[in-house]
Order: sequence, then C-alpha cells, then structure tokens
Amino acid sequence: MRILLVEDDPEVTRFVAKGLRESGHVVDSADNARDGLFLAASESYDVIVLDRMLPGGMDGVRLVETLRATGCRVPVLFLSALAQVDERVRGLKAGGDDYLTKPFAFAELLARLEALGRRSRGEAPVTRLAAGDLEMDLLARTVRRAGQVIELKPREFRLLEVLLRHAGQVVTRTMLLEAVWDYHFDPQTNVIDVHVSRLRQKVDRGFAYPLIHTVRNAGYMLRAEG
Amino acid sequence: MRDERPAGEAPWRIVRSIGFRIAALHAALMALSAGTLVAVLWWNTAGYLDRQVERGLRADIAEFAAHHRAGGLAAVAGAIESRLADDVDNESLFLLLDPRGAKRAGNLEAWPAFLAPDAEVGEGRLIRDGVETTVRLRGLAFADGARVLAGRDVGARRQLQALVADAVFYGLVLAVVLAASGGVLVAQVLARRTAPLLATAAAIGQGELGRRVPLSGNDDEFDRLAQSFNAMLDRIAGLMEGVRQVSNAIAHDLRTPIARTRAGLEEVLRGAREAEDLKAGIERGIEELDRVIGLFQALLRIAEIEAGARRSAFAPFDLAATVEDVAALYEPLAEGKAIRLQTAVPPSLVLVGDRDLVAQAVANLLDNAIKFTPQGGLVRLAVSVAEPWAEVSVTDSGPGMPEELRARATERFFRAEACRSAPGFGLGLALVEAVAQVHGGRLDLGPGPGGLGLMAVLRLGGLGGGSEV
Repeated sequence: MRILLVEDDPEVTRFVAKGLRESGHVVDSADNARDGLFLAASESYDVIVLDRMLPGGMDGVRLVETLRATGCRVPVLFLSALAQVDERVRGLKAGGDDYLTKPFAFAELLARLEALGRRSRGEAPVTRLAAGDLEMDLLARTVRRAGQVIELKPREFRLLEVLLRHAGQVVTRTMLLEAVWDYHFDPQTNVIDVHVSRLRQKVDRGFAYPLIHTVRNAGYMLRAEG
Repeated sequence: MRDERPAGEAPWRIVRSIGFRIAALHAALMALSAGTLVAVLWWNTAGYLDRQVERGLRADIAEFAAHHRAGGLAAVAGAIESRLADDVDNESLFLLLDPRGAKRAGNLEAWPAFLAPDAEVGEGRLIRDGVETTVRLRGLAFADGARVLAGRDVGARRQLQALVADAVFYGLVLAVVLAASGGVLVAQVLARRTAPLLATAAAIGQGELGRRVPLSGNDDEFDRLAQSFNAMLDRIAGLMEGVRQVSNAIAHDLRTPIARTRAGLEEVLRGAREAEDLKAGIERGIEELDRVIGLFQALLRIAEIEAGARRSAFAPFDLAATVEDVAALYEPLAEGKAIRLQTAVPPSLVLVGDRDLVAQAVANLLDNAIKFTPQGGLVRLAVSVAEPWAEVSVTDSGPGMPEELRARATERFFRAEACRSAPGFGLGLALVEAVAQVHGGRLDLGPGPGGLGLMAVLRLGGLGGGSEV
C-alpha cells in the first residue's frame, strides 16, 4: 500500500515509517498540514495517517475537511493524544475513518491501516466469504467447514465474519470489540480472548489444520495455510 | 494577610465599615422623618396662630371701613369703643386719628414709630401698660385723611413659637446623636461578630487548614454563616484528602509498574545473552507499560465522565438490550469458571443516556462479580424499573464485602487488602459511580439476599424521554 504519514513528531514519524516499510508498504511523510494536504491532493494514496494536532495553524481535522471538500475519498486514520470521546467523534465527523489514541501499539496501527486500505479498494458487497476449507454464507447465515455445518450463535457468527473479512491480516482485540460489540472501552479482563477461544472450539477443533491464530502482542489472524 | 495600614487611618476604617454606613443611613432617615414631623407641627400650631391673628385684623379693618362709609369718623369711633369694651383678654389694640392727626378713639396713644403713616401692615415692639411686648398692626387711611389702626398683642404667641422651635432643635440634635451612637454600636457588634470569620479565613489562608469558625451559640445569622462556612471548609478538606489519596495512590500504583518495568529492562540489558531472552524481556517490558497506559486511560476516562463532557453523547437507547449484550460478552468468562450467569431482563427498556458508558459500567460490575465469585458460584444480573430510576443489579455469591469497606469501595484506587493480589487498578467501581452520577443516579453496594455475597445496584435516571438531559 502507499501510505501518507502526516505527523510533526520526528521520532513517531521515524518509528511508524520504519515499521510500515518493514511490513512492505511505501511511505511518504510530511511534518505539517500544508505539505500533507499538497501530497494528499497531488499523489494517490491507499490510506493516510494523520496527527490530530499539527503545527502551523491548520490541524488534522481541518486537513481532512479540506480534503473531503475536494472529493478525495482516501481513508484517513487519525493518530492523536486527545483521547476524549468528543475529540474522537469530531475527528470521525470531519471525515476520518478511524481514530487511534497515542500511545499506541504498532501492531494495532498496522492492523487498522491494513483494514482501512482493503476497504478503500472498493470491493463489491460480498455475500460469501471463504478461507481454506471454511465457507461463510452471509445471506443464509450459515458456516461450513470441509462440507460440515458449524452452528454459531449470532455474536460468534459476527466474530468469525470480521476475522474472515480480514483474513491474512492481524485483527486486534480492540478492533474486534469495536466491530463485533460496538464498544469503545477497554474491558479490564480480556473477555475477547475467551470468545475467540470458544469460536476456535467450534471452527478449528477436529479439523485438519487451525484457521484462527494468535499473534503475540497484537491480536488474532485468520489464515488458511499453517 | 496582615493589615499594613498606618494607625492614622483607623477612623476611616470606621467610616468605611458597613455598620457605620447602616448607622449613617439610619440617622439620615431619622432626621428626615423628624424634620417632616416638625414641619407639619409648625404649620398646624405656630402658623395657625399667625393666620388667626391676620384674619381677625383684616375683619376689623373691613368693619371699620364699612362704618366710615355709613357714618363717618363718629361711627368708627363708636365701633372701636364697643370693641374695646368687649375685649376681655386685653389683646386688641386700636387707634383712630382724625384728618389732622389727633387721636379720636382707641387704646393706643400715638401712631407707632415702626409703622409708616400710610403702611398697611407691620409688626414691632412697643410699651404697653409698662411692659414691652410684640404687636402686629394693620392700618387704613380713609379718603378724608383720617387713619385707623387695628392690632393684636402677639407677645404670648411669639413666646410659644420660640418654645416650639427650641423643642424641635434639641429634639433633632438628640435624634442625630442617638442614631450616630447606635450606628457606632452596630458597627462594633458587626466587627466583633465577623472577627472570628476573618481570623479563621486568614489562618486558613496561611495554611492552618484545620481551623474552623467558633459558633456563638445564638443560632443567629452569623452562626448560620459560620456553619455554612465550616461546612464548606469540611467539604474542601474532604476533597483535598481525596486528591491526596489519589496522588498517593498514583505514586504507588503508577510507580510500582514503572519501577518493575525499569528493573526488568535493566536486568535484560545486563543478563540476556541470547536474542530470544532479549526479545522476551522487552516484550515483558511492553506489557508492563501497557498496564501503565491502561491505568492512565482509566483515570482520564473517569475524570472525563465526572467532568460531564459526555452528556453530549446522550441519546435514547435500549438498556435491556445493552445489558443482555454485556451479559453475552461475559458469559463465556463465567462459563470458564463454572459460574452460572442468570439474567432477569425485560424485553425492552428505553433510557436516555450514553450507551457506551452504561455498557462499560455494567461490564465493570460483571467483571468484578465474576472475578470475586468462586468456582461453581452464581451471578445474577437483573434490570428493573423503580421510579424514578432504572436499576441494574448485579448479585454474586462471592465473599461479599464488609460494611466499612463498602463505603470506600468507590474511591479511586481503593482495593481491599484481601484482594490486592487480584488483577485490576481499583478503578472499576469509581468508574461505575461516575457513570451513575452523570446519569443522575448512584451506585449502591450491599449484601446479597440472605446476607451472602455482594449486591451492586446501579441506579440510572433518564427514564421516559430524558428529563435528565
């Protein structure tokens, strides 16, 4: 993916850009909103990472508003030290697609960026998802593995759907909590792990190879090949 | 703060005092009312006498003029003689002069010196029966050159007027003096009663935070002021104590994981030989730091909720569905500990509030309940309406909580000694209470049915379309 990083802190820029390049992405960066806007408008990116507060009179929210006004639909992820819910809502209202609070784990940022980048490729609405020998029919709400029907509760179905939609990508616990339960808080106990392990019982137990993998210090990944 | 003004300014302080101002206003009002009274009195007494004399004199002159037209000087002389004969009080004075200036009738010997020959009216002193007295006179010159004079002895009236004037003057002076001394007294009383308040405020300003205003025991306005002042000080002291506890707790709960992380990283730096060990050590460090970040976020979130900033996110939502949702989220966790999670939730209960916050509060309560309930226990989650509140109750079959701990359980960082080892920051219930408060409700902790376990009841306002918003 081609990623534009607009961030005024050189250390964060260096760390994020390095990490993204190591993950195989192409990264351009700008340290102020003016340059960021110029790059975003003149080049073509898959996703933009934007600091919420930027020097020089124009902040991240204004940048996104300007960008959206020109008809540019590139997904934008806000990176901000402003953790308050109101700030988050403001960022998303201005046209941002996701909001990540500093300090953040790099794995979380990467997972969210890859999810956003995929969305931007403009897939047609799918009715069927598959990975390896696992098939999910979104219309009939049925799941089969190796031809065998797997009974899932609604939340389990949704959980598996999110993992399948991001097959091959890391999905973090907070991403799951947001996507499956629509909660924006951090439960003190890792309830998500329990749900995933339950899902595993149904989806992986007794089959040739596991599909749901735990990624240390990051989250989970659904992957067809061992 | 000390008063550094020189002593020479002391009188001005009295003038500026509220007591003095009240007294001065009081004195002015008193003088005004006394003055009005005196004016009315004067008009009705001394003024009345003057007007009476004047009317009599005019009547006399008119009478004499009529007699002169009818019967000439002789008729006037006759009238004067008869008037003098009738004058019992010996107050009236008359004089009739013929055209040549000779006396024809009357009890005056000559035209008085203070009155011009053709004057119409005048007042002056003259000797009568060997006594000097004040008289008021009215004269009339006839066409033939004859002149008549009518008058009254007003000496007694003038003396009475002087007496009234004196009384009025001394009365006014006395009133002003009384008002002024009353004012000084009021000022002194005010100063004496406010002194303890000022002294206490000054002492607190200098850091003696334990000082309180002594009460006089009169239960008057000043006592009530002192009481509310003391209540305010107690509240501030309570808040300060809370802040102190929180900062102590932050120092402890934040420093401990940071110290542990630092020590761990140092150990890795010194001791790790293999890349694998190094990696594992750094991962442990990151985990510890994530805990610190989580703690920070929990604290900030409580502060954010308490600041009420989130009311902007208030909207109608289905409390029943939200609670069911959270129960479903925690159900596997309970199952993992063989805990039965029973729910008694109505099909729908619409509430105006912040769904995400309520979900987090219920999640915290459930989390606690599951954490403290032993294997094979029971956790009950119920939603009900008890006007004006919607209630979410979480009852567990755990060890419960002694009463003295319950009161402190919602304090930030409070963790019972017995569960220091359990995971968590001691912020869960503090957050639940903050959520309750922002929804106009509260959190109550008590023993479960039969005195066993713990029952947490989260009461939320906002039923029936959000009178709370």
